[in-house]
Amino acid sequence: MALSEAEREAIREEAAHYRDKSAASIEALKIVQQRHGWVSDEHIKDIAEVLGMSPDQLDGVATFYNLIYRRPVGKKVIHYCNSVSCWILGAEELREQMEKRLRIKLGETTQDGEYTLLPIVCLGACHRAPVMMVGDETYFEIDPARLDAIFPVKT
Amino acid sequence: MAEIEIDGTIYQADAGDNLLKACLSLKLDLPYFCWHPAMGSVGACRQCAVLQFKDQDDRHGRIVMACMTPVADGLRVSLERPEARQFRAGIIELLMINHPHDCPVCEEGGECHLQDMTEMTGHTFRRYRGKKRTHYNQYLGPFINHEMNRCIACYRCVRFYQGYAGGRDLDVFAAHNHVYFGRHEDGVLENEFSGNLAEVCPTGVFTDKTFSAHYTRKWDLQNAPSICAHCSLGCNTSPGERYGTLRRIVNRYHGEINGYFLCDRGRFGYGFVNSPARIRKPSILGQQAVGRQAAQERFAAILKSGENVIGIGSPRASLEANFALRELVGQERFHPGFADREGALIKLMLDIVQQAPVHLPSLREIEQADAVLVLGEDVGSTAPRLALALRQAVRNEAFEIADQLKIPRWQDAGVRDAAQDAKSPLFIASLAATGLDDVAAGVYRAHPEELARLGFAVAHRLDAESPAVEELLSTADDLAATIAQALREAKRPLIVTGVSLYSESVIEAAANIAVALARLRGAAADVSFVAPECNSLGLGLIGGGDLEAAFQAVDEGAADTVVILENDLYRRAARDKVDRFLAGAKRVVVIDHIFHDTAKKAELVLPGSTFAETEGTLVSSEGRAQRFFSVFPPAGEVQDSWRWLLDAMQVRWRHLDYITEACASALPVLQPILRAAPSANFRIEGMKVPRQPHRYSGRTAIRANVRVSEPKQPVDEDSALSFSMEGVSSGCPPSLNPSVWAPGWNSNQSVFKLQDEPGGQLSGGDPGVRLIEPKVNAEFPWFTRVPGAERKLRQVAPLYHVFGSEALSMLSPPVAERAPEPYLALNPADARELGVGAGDAVELELAGVTVRLVVLLKAELAEGLLGIPAGLPGVPWFAPLSEPGSIRKAEA
Ligand code: SF4
Ligand code: SF4
Ligand code: FES
Ligand code: FES
Repeated sequence: MALSEAEREAIREEAAHYRDKSAASIEALKIVQQRHGWVSDEHIKDIAEVLGMSPDQLDGVATFYNLIYRRPVGKKVIHYCNSVSCWILGAEELREQMEKRLRIKLGETTQDGEYTLLPIVCLGACHRAPVMMVGDETYFEIDPARLDAIFPVKT
Repeated sequence: MAEIEIDGTIYQADAGDNLLKACLSLKLDLPYFCWHPAMGSVGACRQCAVLQFKDQDDRHGRIVMACMTPVADGLRVSLERPEARQFRAGIIELLMINHPHDCPVCEEGGECHLQDMTEMTGHTFRRYRGKKRTHYNQYLGPFINHEMNRCIACYRCVRFYQGYAGGRDLDVFAAHNHVYFGRHEDGVLENEFSGNLAEVCPTGVFTDKTFSAHYTRKWDLQNAPSICAHCSLGCNTSPGERYGTLRRIVNRYHGEINGYFLCDRGRFGYGFVNSPARIRKPSILGQQAVGRQAAQERFAAILKSGENVIGIGSPRASLEANFALRELVGQERFHPGFADREGALIKLMLDIVQQAPVHLPSLREIEQADAVLVLGEDVGSTAPRLALALRQAVRNEAFEIADQLKIPRWQDAGVRDAAQDAKSPLFIASLAATGLDDVAAGVYRAHPEELARLGFAVAHRLDAESPAVEELLSTADDLAATIAQALREAKRPLIVTGVSLYSESVIEAAANIAVALARLRGAAADVSFVAPECNSLGLGLIGGGDLEAAFQAVDEGAADTVVILENDLYRRAARDKVDRFLAGAKRVVVIDHIFHDTAKKAELVLPGSTFAETEGTLVSSEGRAQRFFSVFPPAGEVQDSWRWLLDAMQVRWRHLDYITEACASALPVLQPILRAAPSANFRIEGMKVPRQPHRYSGRTAIRANVRVSEPKQPVDEDSALSFSMEGVSSGCPPSLNPSVWAPGWNSNQSVFKLQDEPGGQLSGGDPGVRLIEPKVNAEFPWFTRVPGAERKLRQVAPLYHVFGSEALSMLSPPVAERAPEPYLALNPADARELGVGAGDAVELELAGVTVRLVVLLKAELAEGLLGIPAGLPGVPWFAPLSEPGSIRKAEA
């Protein structure tokens, strides 16, 4: 899964905005993730080459961010907040409920490739905890009933 | 100076320092992790917390990080108040949550900074009962182990590897609880300073893999103050022995030379001491297992029967061993044993530094340079630690910027942010790419003669009286102008050159630049001349006829007997010449520790000792004479090379000091070597300095498998050190200190207790004496032989490798693993002309020997150069810059 010429070009274009090409790391990772859903080891090497970095340096950036996926993920990624406010208001119970309902553990993807379950740090909506993102959508004040509604059981 | 109050006591401290450094300078015990004296502060670990008070009335104070707090007049802090102590104990407890309970099986145990700090904070009971996070450990090559679970996330490793050493293949990954320090995938750590990770990491994440193979706790190692034998810089080391084998080498702090860091060749090259290639017993005509006495008798008989005995010394043996040989054969019949032409170049270098207004800078001074020209030398490969110093020199611009912004220099992250990629100018003129190119302001790659022409052009730009260069390409001329301007404007310009290209012109060009700079500045110019081996300079100062003269003497029948000291002549001259010499001499005696091709041809081979089993004086590239001491007594028939020679002279001198003294009085320039270290008579409170730590265990049982009664400890007549744990080590002068330790500080961090201030000079003075000081107002004539623009069609050129070019370290298997395969490097145009491509095998004739090499394309290599890895085993000696013999593509 090497990078396409178009992707390389898009990255180069991004990098041209900065004096130091490596400043475009995050944008470059996003470009690749947008297209492939995640960023593979090979992508890391290719992007690093375009940006004049070592794969180690780029991977340091890639692995730092929760929203850059270094493994394949489902169509939608569930990011449930496990920081303190949400934790106090039952985030872990909700996680268990999701694990049961979707038959996956944290970090896994459902059989049908629909969902991947991951934690995330405070989403800045503590006053409406517990909070969770599913794909691009954010859900607030989740309780067990709402959770079931978000993930209807397929029959 | 500032007056500060710590726990009610008033102290004087350096204003502008950080408080942690100030506390350590005062020898107070304040725990820390992320701060490093050579790398400054980042405030990452929160371990150095103290209570700071606003003013005299503040009773509560607030917690601050000492390493991030500038010292200023009136600063009032407490290290001891319960709030500060509790905070620090809490930090350790947090760090310990994920830290495994594996000290008993951890190689850091017993010299672990984390252990020490944990003890110091009083966190001796673990409350956490939960699960610990675990990590994958990577394969990092032959030098370094990885055990990531032990990480406390202090960030020292990446800050050293990337920020200090310029490595790109070690980084930090992920975040919060699973932050990970390693490579992005398993693989060899490429940077040639990776070994320092074992000392920089305060826990057992990165440890010395070569040591693992024969591991011993620090307290069970017998150590001695030693000097690295693997290049000319004279880095100070502390090798450790157990059960008669050398177990490892660690850094021994020297404020002017290596500081806190060694290169990997110096650290991991020690394997030759334990190598099967060692000569352990005397042999006569290939007959092994001759006793010492029989060997001595034979030696005496050979010397007696010889009509005319000549001696060939060695730039890798001590002054004393060489001088003993010179005494044995007589001054006129002593040859230093330099390679062909090398001796002349070293003499040229010595003439320059002794007569011109040139100052040989220490590595610390090199780090202060703010404009550097490296002319012809690939320092990363021939004098690695110097390359690390140059990497720090380019940061002077960053410090300048920080000074302007009033950011303290120790504020590491602040300085780096402010400076971005601003660098002091470093220019590199070399045959091919070098490891420092990434921080260079300009690189120039060309033929040696062309490099010299660039140098002459720079000198001419600096001083119109210096000879001009004809027909210089405009690109080279522009570069010369830029370089000259940078050197002229610098506060402390520096020229680095050396003999590795075997080019007189390169050295002469460097000298002209130095003279021009000196005239401009009215002060001696810093020039670092890289010599090839650990005692090349010392041997140059002893002097003597070159190898060619020795060959001739035998050829002409003027000599019939040859004594060769620690030297494999096949590494110094063409094979056929050495063959003829060894066959022509009636009788040949070799004294060495490694069995090499020269030894194979000797009538008598005497087992000499390696640096680890003998003592003596070496002179570094800085012109610094330094003493190294035996780590353990030689076993069996092995004895010091000089002792074999003394035996043959029927002992006018009883031990080493006698030779050192005789050498110093015979050669005035060497007079100061007597001050390099205390003599064998030195005592502290009537006692010697012990090589073994006071916790050394099992001494009475260590030989129980041989004999149950404990033998008497061997006596060391040659130094003030003892092969024992008895004696006094406190207050020991730095040149005699076998290893570092202080109560409560079992790791190498304890060295601050032995320094004037962390990162400063060792209390009592950094070891060694400088032999050559500049003649500031000397009138030194210009060198006028500027090479012309025309080139020979093809020339063989030596390319150097940090792992591969130095003979002794190549006998250490982990180092050999990192060496390249024998190759022939070509510019693509030359390859086309020769009809070969990358990866093709070719047969090339080098000085009469045909060798099979694999073609490597190097686009930056000047056309016409045939790049050959210098000194690599399997590659025969060749005359650098000579025309090559026949080349042809080898059959597959
Ligand atoms: S590996 Fe060692 S040096 Fe690196 S962050 Fe962890 S503890 Fe610190
Ligand atoms: S730089 Fe030279 S002297 Fe220093 S450790 Fe390396 S090989 Fe030894
Ligand atoms: S803790 Fe969950 S949104 Fe802040
Ligand atoms: S040493 Fe001060 S915060 Fe780490």
